[in-house]
Amino acid sequence: MKILIPIKRVIDFNVRIRVKKDGSGVETANVKMSMNPFCEIAVEEAVRIKEAGKAEEIIAVAIGGRQCQDILRTALAMGADRAILIETDVEVQPLAIAKLLKATIEKESPGLAILGKQAIDGDNNQTGQMLSALLGWSQAAFASNIEFTDTGLEVTREVDGGLETIAIKLPAVVTTDLRLNEPRYVKLPNIMKARKKPLDVMTPQELGVDVAPSIDVLDIAEPPARAAGVKVADVNELVDKLRNEAKVI
Amino acid sequence: MEFGLSHEQQMVVDTVRSFVENELYPLEDEVERSGQVPRALGREIQDKVGELGFYAPNIPEEFGGGGLDSLTFTLLERELGRASMALSVFWGRPSNILCAGDAGQRERYLLPCVRGEKIDALAMSEPDAGSDIRAMKTFARRDGSDYVINGTKHFISHADVADFIITFVATGEEETPSGPKKRLTCFLIDRDTPGFDIRPGYNSVSHRGYHNNILIFDDCRVPASQLLGEEGSGFDLANTWLAATRLTVAATCTGRARRCFDLCVDWAANRRQFGQPIGRFQGISFKLADMITGIDAADWLTLAAAWRLDQELDANRQIAEAKLYASEMLARVTDEAIQIFGGMGLMDDLPIERFWRDARVERIWDGASEIQRHIIARDLLRPLGA
Ligand SMILES: Cc1cc2nc3c(=O)[nH]c(=O)nc-3n(C[C@H](O)[C@H](O)[C@H](O)COP(=O)(O)OP(=O)(O)OC[C@H]3O[C@@H](n4cnc5c(N)ncnc54)[C@H](O)[C@@H]3O)c2cc1C
Repeated sequence: MKILIPIKRVIDFNVRIRVKKDGSGVETANVKMSMNPFCEIAVEEAVRIKEAGKAEEIIAVAIGGRQCQDILRTALAMGADRAILIETDVEVQPLAIAKLLKATIEKESPGLAILGKQAIDGDNNQTGQMLSALLGWSQAAFASNIEFTDTGLEVTREVDGGLETIAIKLPAVVTTDLRLNEPRYVKLPNIMKARKKPLDVMTPQELGVDVAPSIDVLDIAEPPARAAGVKVADVNELVDKLRNEAKVI
Repeated sequence: MEFGLSHEQQMVVDTVRSFVENELYPLEDEVERSGQVPRALGREIQDKVGELGFYAPNIPEEFGGGGLDSLTFTLLERELGRASMALSVFWGRPSNILCAGDAGQRERYLLPCVRGEKIDALAMSEPDAGSDIRAMKTFARRDGSDYVINGTKHFISHADVADFIITFVATGEEETPSGPKKRLTCFLIDRDTPGFDIRPGYNSVSHRGYHNNILIFDDCRVPASQLLGEEGSGFDLANTWLAATRLTVAATCTGRARRCFDLCVDWAANRRQFGQPIGRFQGISFKLADMITGIDAADWLTLAAAWRLDQELDANRQIAEAKLYASEMLARVTDEAIQIFGGMGLMDDLPIERFWRDARVERIWDGASEIQRHIIARDLLRPLGA
């Protein structure tokens, strides 16, 4: 089985995000970029599945500018076998990403696609779900554990009420939550080997996908500054405030 | 001119940085408090680094090392320099000079170092021979097929955790344009050799937990097979193999300065006096501007010298410039850091006072600033016969 891992290049999670003065976006000049942390978890999971002998090949896919090669090389150093860059300068939105991934999957025929549940830039949390719908594949979002069974996968999902375990058939789309695993450090010999692994470049046109944005961003603004907290004397006062002031219980 | 890092170099930097932040920073307070790193903890660090395939990254692949070029290794040293030296010493980087050994010595010393089974230290300095290394008194007398060594070394870093010491001693004297000088010879001395004793050194203000030691040779008898290179070749050996270690001082200074600086920027943006962040006062913000300018300058000097080594160009002067500038820059940056932090900067609740203390030795070891200036000036004037 092949596993496809789509990964995204985002502003590093350590960087304090600043909104551009004109509200057109966030400041990315001179800002450190890295692989989206949820995508790192996806790569790690794929590598563990391969190490356990349940997959033969891992293909990492990124969509964006040439610079995305850096996260693809990182994925290769972590253990992916080859990489595909779908190169475009357009800011590609979730539906178009899902369509590009569908086209890639039709070419590569993997049995499993593992994605981050969301990217920490837009926090859209859409691509995985859209991809499974477009493909008609089973779906398990927010995975905190993945087990292989005779008939497919048993996936534990982190849902609002706690944990939910579902059985799904392959092929499937799984999206990762934070607690699925802890990504490894890349090893020095693997960094050097990554250089020799294939990295193919293609374009959205070659895949026959129109990536023109369908959503216009009108304005981007800082969230309001957090108001100061209040101290309560005891639990009774806390419950009272939660019930009558905040009206959350 | 190419100023960017390759993907591989960037991955090396990112990996070392996150290892240092996740695995070493959390141990630092305890090292500062106790002045010790338990050997078992050192072993744990060695094992983790070994698992990453990052042990002995400077040693060529043919000997089982990481085979990094000078530039990439310098980047690695820069990131490692962020952490306490008492801890980072266990990220094994055996001395390159071990590659100069014969097949048997490589088998007995270099390869075990690369595998993390042995740790080396290097001894030149003596109470009466610091900058003037060729004034050393420790002497090896030939006796049949053996050598008998007598004398004292001091300031020998991490000899307490070393299994053997790469030791330079005098084996004679020769006339030079600047008068008679000792002929140096390099020996590999196992720690349990009879007549050889490793004793605790002085308490240093810099790099707590990274100990210096005193070595006593009292009729210490070693066979000629312990001789590295030829008798009398010690000075040339040192020049060939050890110049690059001065570059690691420059690199570690730059990494540590940047760690310290990041804390300063954060403090300047958040510490409020007179109703505003202190960074709004030009008296503070201009300090930050000068600090980062110095850090970037030291970084480029250091990387450019490393690049020259990779191109096999002369780099002696450039290495001296980098070592001189980076160590003096670190002194300024850590001093200004205390100014920016005010009183809190002096308290051991924060790592700032430690950066300031640790910075002091960098202008002294591996060739004091004056010696680096001397090297630079000689490089300029010697060709003119002056
Ligand atoms: C913590 C620590 C760890 C060390 N670790 C090691 C180690 O592992 N192995 C090892 O071999 N050594 C080690 N050293 C020794 C270190 O390399 C020496 O301290 C250094 O070479 C300077 O020698 P010195 O301290 O004897 O000073 P000196 O040589 O006595 O110098 C005193 C002052 O005179 C100046 N001076 C000397 N000669 C000249 C000149 N010609 N022109 C102008 N100024 C001059 C010096 O720059 C300095 O300012 C260590 C030192 C320290 C402090």
